[in-house]
Amino acid sequence: MDFSLNDIQEMMRDSASKFIQKEYDFETRRKLSKSEDGFSQKNWELFAELGWLALPIDEDQGGIGGTVLDTIILQEELGKGLVVEPYFPCILLGANLINSFASDEQKEALLGPILEGSKKITLAHSEGHSPFDISQIKTVAEKTNNGFVINGKKSVVLNAQHADELLVVARTSGNTGDKSGLSVFVVSKDHPGLSIRGYETNDGLRAGDVTFVNVTLGAEAVLGTLDDAFGPVQKVLLEGIVNLAGEAVGIMEKLVDLTGEYLRIREQFNAPIGKFQALQHRCADMFMEKEQAKSMLYFAAIETAKQNDDYEKACAMLKVRIGNAARFVGQQAVQLHGGMGVTDELSVGHYFKRLTTLNAMLGSRDYHLNELVKSA
Amino acid sequence: MNIDLTEQELAFQKEVQDFFANDFPKDIKDKQDKGIYLKKDDHIRWQKALYNKGWAGINWPVEHGGTGWTATQKYIYANEAAKANAPRIVPFGLTMVAPVIFTYGNDEQKQRFLPDILASNVWWCQGYSEPNAGSDLASLKTKAVRDGDHYIVNGTKTWTTLGQHADWIFCLVRTDDTGRKQQGISFLLIDMKTPGVSVHPIITIDGTHEVNEVHFEDVRVPAENLIGQEGQGWTYAKVLLTHERTGIARVAESKALLASLKRMVNSDNDQLMNMKDNAVFMTRLIEAEIELKALEYTELRVLSAVSTGKAPGPESSILKIKGTEIMQLLNELFVEVAGIYALPYVPEQYQDGFEGDTVGPRFAPKTSATYYNNRKVSIYGGTNEIQKNIISKQVLGL
Repeated sequence: MDFSLNDIQEMMRDSASKFIQKEYDFETRRKLSKSEDGFSQKNWELFAELGWLALPIDEDQGGIGGTVLDTIILQEELGKGLVVEPYFPCILLGANLINSFASDEQKEALLGPILEGSKKITLAHSEGHSPFDISQIKTVAEKTNNGFVINGKKSVVLNAQHADELLVVARTSGNTGDKSGLSVFVVSKDHPGLSIRGYETNDGLRAGDVTFVNVTLGAEAVLGTLDDAFGPVQKVLLEGIVNLAGEAVGIMEKLVDLTGEYLRIREQFNAPIGKFQALQHRCADMFMEKEQAKSMLYFAAIETAKQNDDYEKACAMLKVRIGNAARFVGQQAVQLHGGMGVTDELSVGHYFKRLTTLNAMLGSRDYHLNELVKSA
Repeated sequence: MNIDLTEQELAFQKEVQDFFANDFPKDIKDKQDKGIYLKKDDHIRWQKALYNKGWAGINWPVEHGGTGWTATQKYIYANEAAKANAPRIVPFGLTMVAPVIFTYGNDEQKQRFLPDILASNVWWCQGYSEPNAGSDLASLKTKAVRDGDHYIVNGTKTWTTLGQHADWIFCLVRTDDTGRKQQGISFLLIDMKTPGVSVHPIITIDGTHEVNEVHFEDVRVPAENLIGQEGQGWTYAKVLLTHERTGIARVAESKALLASLKRMVNSDNDQLMNMKDNAVFMTRLIEAEIELKALEYTELRVLSAVSTGKAPGPESSILKIKGTEIMQLLNELFVEVAGIYALPYVPEQYQDGFEGDTVGPRFAPKTSATYYNNRKVSIYGGTNEIQKNIISKQVLGL
């Protein structure tokens, strides 16, 4: 039994922590978030140099061969800095899927530029009615003589406007609810019939709705094998849950620290408000929620890295536990900062908004809890 | 990061399983499974079985006859013990007073007391709380006045668990009331047969006699029964409180409770409501399962830190609060499953020697008694509110 970090993990944590401290104070982050692109290409290239983009990619593809046990360590640190660069959609979802599912030729062609930082991709799986379970999606790719024609709409695709290519999940056979008959297509953002309505999200990041009207593709656009995408995409989404939870834990660490600091400094009734027991206990509750969430993260990360039989259930349990903790810690951090907590000026509200966003992604707490109850 | 057991640890796990299969007295196991209250003699026989195996001193150093187990071995043992439905070890001797004696006692005291504690020859109880010193324990008033080779003790201790069985009591007594209240407290061992000691039952809301008040009237205690220095008792008591943090969460027991709750839910007993299809109940059950899993990993994180030689981190202070909350929640869910059979109060059917049919399903009426009794767990050992004070002060610096 061992919960200590190995060398790679220590290295990732140190480099990320230094980066956040030196290059990513809250005002810098605010400016990046408000800029045209919403993030810094220069930072993205630095991520490539630091090896972060290569972290979850197999070694024979030029990656580092890390598992979720490694990426969550990085995610925790990125969470503390509220990093706006598209690490999650491009690397942890998109590149991860290519790495596990694409043919050798496709890997060869696609991964190199991504790991260099010169090309971005994203995973277009979610639809408003089904942000997690891809068996329910309605986007269809109809088979033609030369290939496929895609029609449908993908909702809130992370950094869709920044992706050179989108990995689009569509139904190629069977019926809604079937696990078989799903495929992934590599579609260029400029492809005729594809349109992106990009926007800012509440947490200061970027996403877009992507519409497909008779998007005509050749058979070579199919990633990996036709009709077999459910398993590989599901695995990437489950790993995505673990990675989002890593980020959430980093944010919660930061919020507990910030709140404790504020309670020691802010004075009312001639005393630091941290002397009042009602607030002390609330803070203790926040701390416990954060620690329990972190324990759950480690549980699910270990199960997922080992691909244990029950790892899907572990990820659902994690999403529920993280959702509970994130809501409590986020809301109470704002509450304990009083009026300042609801100002745009302070970072607290921005951490809160990011936590709220994380809950909505890849199936909320209520969604996964309901799934667990149904399968109990 | 991994939680895999090594070859040796797996072999140890097998040895523990064999012990429970072969050496755990069958009649005691039977009582445990049926929910029959154990008698004094049952506790002693069970603990002697452990002693005979060399496993009584789980947290003791090897030189005093302890197991010298690693944190992982303790974790394995706790899980197997819970799976076997073994009784908890009565903690006052083996877990509580012994560490104080082997850490602060003199050689004579170690030789005099430790072997009998290890062999469960002597039953100990705890004299800490007083009617006016609960959460504010340091304000305790039971007085010990030096008189030649003796202390003369006067005062009242309360919530003395199983004091009715006890041969000895370890007490915090006031030997000086001039300085700070934490100073002037001493750690004294008192023979319960000494004239002037009397035990008065307190009946708890589950109808059982578990706790007592112990009165001391001019009790003459030999000065050689003082542990360590006069006036240092508070320090020793705090060490005792923090000595054994692992296990305080009782994760293994809650895991066994959860498993049994799930069996109950799936039992299709026609005397019970169908809870399996009750989404509201099942949601609470799943959330309890999730919280318990998180707590299990919080405990593992603490164990892992301890086993790599680090002091337990801040996560250890969560164990008592979360552990008791989960246990109480599981007790509550059992009452829900019992449904209308949570009502009957038929204590005789849980006494040794009861023959015949129980009212309702065997487990059902007992669930209420357990639920009521276990409201204590968030109160004893420092209330959960006191634990939050500790977190906010020691961890968060407020």
